[in-house]
Amino acid sequence: MLEKMFTSASVEEALRVLQEEIPFAIWETFYVTVLSTLLAVVIGLPLGVLLVAGDKSGVRPLPKPFMAALNVIINLLRSIPFLILMIMVFPLSRLIIGTTVGTPATVVPLVVAAFPFVARLVESSLREVNPNIIEAAQSMGASPFQIVWKVMLPESVPSLISNFTIAITTVLGYSAMSGIIGGGGLGKIAINYGYYRYKYLVMVIAVILLIIIVQIFQSIGTAATVKSDKRLK
Amino acid sequence: MIEIQNLSKTFSVSGGEVQALKNISLTINDGDIFGIIGMSGAGKSTLVRCINMLERPTEGHVIINGRDMAALSDTELRAERRNIAMIFQSFNLLMQRSCLRNVCFPLELAGMKRAEAKKRAMELLELVGLPDKARSYPAQLSGGQQQRVAIARALATDPKVLLCDEATSALDPNTTHSILQLIKDINEKLGITVVIITHQMSVVEEICDHVAILDGGEVAEQGAVGTVFSSPKSDAARRLVFPTGADVLVSDPHDEKRLRVTFNGADAAGSPLIARMAVEKNVLANILAASTRRLDDKVYGTMLLALPGGDADFEAAKQFLQSVDGVVVEEV
Repeated sequence: MLEKMFTSASVEEALRVLQEEIPFAIWETFYVTVLSTLLAVVIGLPLGVLLVAGDKSGVRPLPKPFMAALNVIINLLRSIPFLILMIMVFPLSRLIIGTTVGTPATVVPLVVAAFPFVARLVESSLREVNPNIIEAAQSMGASPFQIVWKVMLPESVPSLISNFTIAITTVLGYSAMSGIIGGGGLGKIAINYGYYRYKYLVMVIAVILLIIIVQIFQSIGTAATVKSDKRLK
Repeated sequence: MIEIQNLSKTFSVSGGEVQALKNISLTINDGDIFGIIGMSGAGKSTLVRCINMLERPTEGHVIINGRDMAALSDTELRAERRNIAMIFQSFNLLMQRSCLRNVCFPLELAGMKRAEAKKRAMELLELVGLPDKARSYPAQLSGGQQQRVAIARALATDPKVLLCDEATSALDPNTTHSILQLIKDINEKLGITVVIITHQMSVVEEICDHVAILDGGEVAEQGAVGTVFSSPKSDAARRLVFPTGADVLVSDPHDEKRLRVTFNGADAAGSPLIARMAVEKNVLANILAASTRRLDDKVYGTMLLALPGGDADFEAAKQFLQSVDGVVVEEV
C-alpha cells in the first residue's frame, strides 16, 4: 500500500487535489461544522436549561410527564447511529432545505444529531453549579428565571465553553461522515478518493487536515475556558 | 418582631419520615441579636430556613412584622425576602462575578439601575472595610474577606432581619471575632435584627442578647444569654456550657460531701474564695471541677467542691460560701 501511495502519478494527483479541491473542502467542513454546532446550541441550550430547572428538585419544577417525554426524546435521538439518522431525516431535510443531497442538506441531520447531545452537555454543566449559591440567590428573592439567567448560566460559563468545544469537535467528526450522502468537505474527499478510488495519499492528507482543524478548535476552546474561569487565581 | 409559633418540620426520606423540628415556639424582638445554638443535627439550619421559607414548615407559623410567611404568594415571598437577608457558612458568593458585582446582585434582582446599584455597592464595600477589593473575584479573597463581601451583599437591600447560618464556622478564631464585631456594629448602627445559628458557644457569648438551645429538634431552653449560661437547666444546655462535663466525678464519693457553687454574676471569681475559706475557716476543699466565664463584665460559672473533713466542715463551708454575694450553693 505504501509503495502505491507514493508513485509519481499518485503524488501528482494528490498535489492537484490539494490545490484545486482541498481549499474549498476546508471551507465547507468549517462552515458546516460551525453552523450546525451553533444551531444545535440554539436548540440544545434551552433544552438543557429545562432539564435542570424543570427537574423535581430544580428551581422551577415542571410536570413529571413533560420531563419524562423530554428525556425520552433526547435519549431516543442520541441512540440512533448517525449514519442511519442521516437517512432517516431525509424528509425533514427536503422540507427545510428542499433537497436531501449536497452540503446545505447535511446541516439538518447534523443539527438533529447534535442538539440532544448539546442538551445533555448543558445539563451536566448546569448541574455543576453549587446548589448553595442557588439557595443564596433564592434567599435574596430571585425568581426562577433570574436564577437561570443571572446565576446558573453565568456561573457555568467555563464549563459550558468546555462542553461546546466537545460538541464542535464531535460535529466535525459527523460532518466528515456526511460525505456519504453527498455533503461536501474534507470527509467527502477522503471517501471519494480513498474509499471509492483507492487514492490513499489524498485520504491521508484529508485526515491530517481534519486532525489539524480539531486541534485548532480544541486549543481555542481550552484557552477560552481558562480565560473565562474566575475561580482560578 | 419574628414570631415562630408551634413550628414543626418533617422530611420524608426513604424508609420513613424524619421529624427535624418539633413544636418550636420562639419570639425574636426587633433589634435583638438572637442566638440559636445546638449540636450538629439539632435542626438549627432547618429552623433558620423556615424563617425565610427556603424550607416550608410542615406545621405552625412564622410571622414577621405581622405577616404570616407561609401565607404569602411566590411573588410576595420574593419581595419579602429582600427584607430578610441571609449569610452562610460557605459564603456562597457568585464566583464568576467581581466583589462589586456580587454586592450589586440583589439590587439587580430588585430591578435597580446598574449605575445606581454600583454606587450603593461601593458604599457597602466601604462599610465592611473592603473598598479596594471591588474589582477582585471571590476566589482571590480570604474566607473572612469573602464573608465581609457576603455581608455587604446581604445589606444591599436594606433588610430588617439578618439570618446568619453558621456564618463564622469556617473561619479561624481571630477572623470569627472580627466578623462578629462587624455584625454587632451593623446591628447597633442599622438596628437590624440578627438571628445567629451556631454550634459555637463563644459566638453566642460574644454577641448574642438572647439564646435558644436546640436539641433533637426541640427548644431545650431559651432566655437571656446570662441566665441560660449561668444556670443551665436542661441536659442539652449543660452539655454546651460544660462541654468537658462539670458533673463528671473525679474522686470517690464515699465519706465526703459535695457542694455545687454557682457564681451568678458575682465579683467572686476575682477573689481567691477557696483559699480564703481555707485560711479564715480552716476548711479544706477539693475542687473536682470548675468552669467560669465572663459575660458582660460579670462572672458566671460553677464549681464542684468535695469536702472530706466531715459534717462540721461541710456546714462551715456552706455558711461561708453563702455569705458571699452572687454565689449560690447547693448540696449535691
